[in-house]
Amino acid sequence: MTSTLDPRAVASPSASTRTRKGNAARRRRTVFYFIAPATLGFLIFFGYPLIATVYYSFTRYDLINAPEFIGFDNYIRMFTSEALVGTAAYNTLWLVIVLTFCRVVFSLGVASIISRLKSGVGLVRTLCYLPSLAPPAAATLAFVFLFNPEYGPVNAFLRAVGIDGGLWFNDPAMSKPALTLLVMWGSGELMIIILAALLDVPQEQYEAAELDGAGPVRRFWHVTLPSISPVLLFGIVNSMIFALQFFTQAIVAGSAAAGAADVAGNTRFIGAPQNSTLTYPVWLYVQGFRYFNMGYAAAMAVLLFIVSAGFTWILVRQLRKTQHQEEGG
Amino acid sequence: MTTLAEPRHTAPASEPPRVRVRRQWDKKLYWIATHSVGIAMGVIFMLPILFVFLTAVMSSDQALSSNFWPKEWHFENFIEVFEKAPLLQYFGNSILYSTLATVGALVSAIPAAYALSKLKFRGQNLFFMLTMAAMMLPPQVTVVPLYDLWVRLGFTGTLVPLIVPYFFFDAFSIFLLRQFFLTIPKDYLEAAKIDGCNEFQAMVKVLIPMAKPGIAATAMFCFLFTWNDYFGPLLYTGETRDSWPLSLAIASFRGMHHVEWNLTMAATALIMLPVIVLFVFAQKSFVKGITFTGVKG
Repeated sequence: MTSTLDPRAVASPSASTRTRKGNAARRRRTVFYFIAPATLGFLIFFGYPLIATVYYSFTRYDLINAPEFIGFDNYIRMFTSEALVGTAAYNTLWLVIVLTFCRVVFSLGVASIISRLKSGVGLVRTLCYLPSLAPPAAATLAFVFLFNPEYGPVNAFLRAVGIDGGLWFNDPAMSKPALTLLVMWGSGELMIIILAALLDVPQEQYEAAELDGAGPVRRFWHVTLPSISPVLLFGIVNSMIFALQFFTQAIVAGSAAAGAADVAGNTRFIGAPQNSTLTYPVWLYVQGFRYFNMGYAAAMAVLLFIVSAGFTWILVRQLRKTQHQEEGG
Repeated sequence: MTTLAEPRHTAPASEPPRVRVRRQWDKKLYWIATHSVGIAMGVIFMLPILFVFLTAVMSSDQALSSNFWPKEWHFENFIEVFEKAPLLQYFGNSILYSTLATVGALVSAIPAAYALSKLKFRGQNLFFMLTMAAMMLPPQVTVVPLYDLWVRLGFTGTLVPLIVPYFFFDAFSIFLLRQFFLTIPKDYLEAAKIDGCNEFQAMVKVLIPMAKPGIAATAMFCFLFTWNDYFGPLLYTGETRDSWPLSLAIASFRGMHHVEWNLTMAATALIMLPVIVLFVFAQKSFVKGITFTGVKG
């Protein structure tokens, strides 16, 4: 790169061992300065609370009185006597499965349509991506309005074509599907990631497959899918983690559809209708920060941590594998 | 770069003209079909936002009448929202939270990402793995002790617990910046060091100017994330209305103005607007950043 010979660069190989040792020490100090704030931040805001959560999970703690050690009581209560935690876990499991499936398949579908466009790719991509930037609280409110059973535009449109629209966010059976629609509408980020992967599939492979007489379906199965499978896996795990921490949309939709006066101020409408939008993180929040059962909330957090750590581990491993492939190739 | 997923048909010269004409027709039909689906898709994605804006300018009666198009345009609704709730204050809180958090994230994440991508040190892999893990961790996992900590320090009810952590550690910013920094050849930094720069000077004088697009993208994502954040503000500013950012205020707005959907949608439009404006001006950075997080692991 640099063709000019710097005198110091020429001199450096002959430097004595002592200065080389000094260099190593200086390097270590440099690295220390660069990563010290992040390390400190990690320890204070992730390391410490992770360990403390485990400790609190074995206590009864209400923020005012000192934590009282109660052994496995929180866990036992969680698995045996408390019904709503089961409802919350079920709702979250429902979302992890259905929401992940719908989000990934829908994103793949939209991305493949965009990838086939020969002009206007930029515009269509923009239109599909924009909703994912909308603030979740605002987007949820918008959807609660759009899907309002009486005067919402969605049901008005369905009535116009002769379909009975349903109660959406006011019906326990329809509230989670309605939330899924909301998430699909806002999954533009994943679409762009998949689109980028689709456009990276080598054209020659399609041409070769076509010469071999493969139709569009077989080309998709045998050329497209294998090429984009790392990205799809990223999308799946990413969506699962997203579903595990599903909070804002659930709490806002439940409260707003039930007509709660103030989301920040009451628990009566959280999870409405009939606890169908009570997700695991929402129940954790209510237990910990509305009922001040901090110990119990910590126990719920430990379980959430174990499950999401499993998913994270898969994702990190996968990403590292792809990275090695890229570096190797 | 070719952006076509569909292989190009090159008709062999031996084909009879009629077949070639039919092929051309097929191509045209295919073009029309894909493009009408594409346009329809774009329109469907935009419909909810369009309805928000249309409902925002309706009269409150009309907003409850399942009409699509406003009979009269009540642009004064946008002003009325500001009279009904201290939106300016909420807006100010949102700006404060997002701006400071973004500055903090850049200040703390740039050196860390530099170390991860351009320096070699023991524990580097571990450092990166922990960053990734922190990025994936649901915020609810660590929230009990953190809340406890901020209560003891007396900062609940303010934006401090939301902003301060960014000045130390923001996993997503570190991760994204590292991805960008990796694409910048080390040679430039080596050259700078040969010219007598230390690592810090090399970072400030060479890497940061070269990585400006990546830094801009990271800043935008951080701004957007904090602007949209709901869980953090609900937790730490929950009962203290004076500290509410817009995201939290908006959810309560609907409850306070029960049937006035036109005003609720006007407020909703107002919180979406800055995001849309930001995106229009910086579309390329967003798209680049997104693809970086996903594929170029």
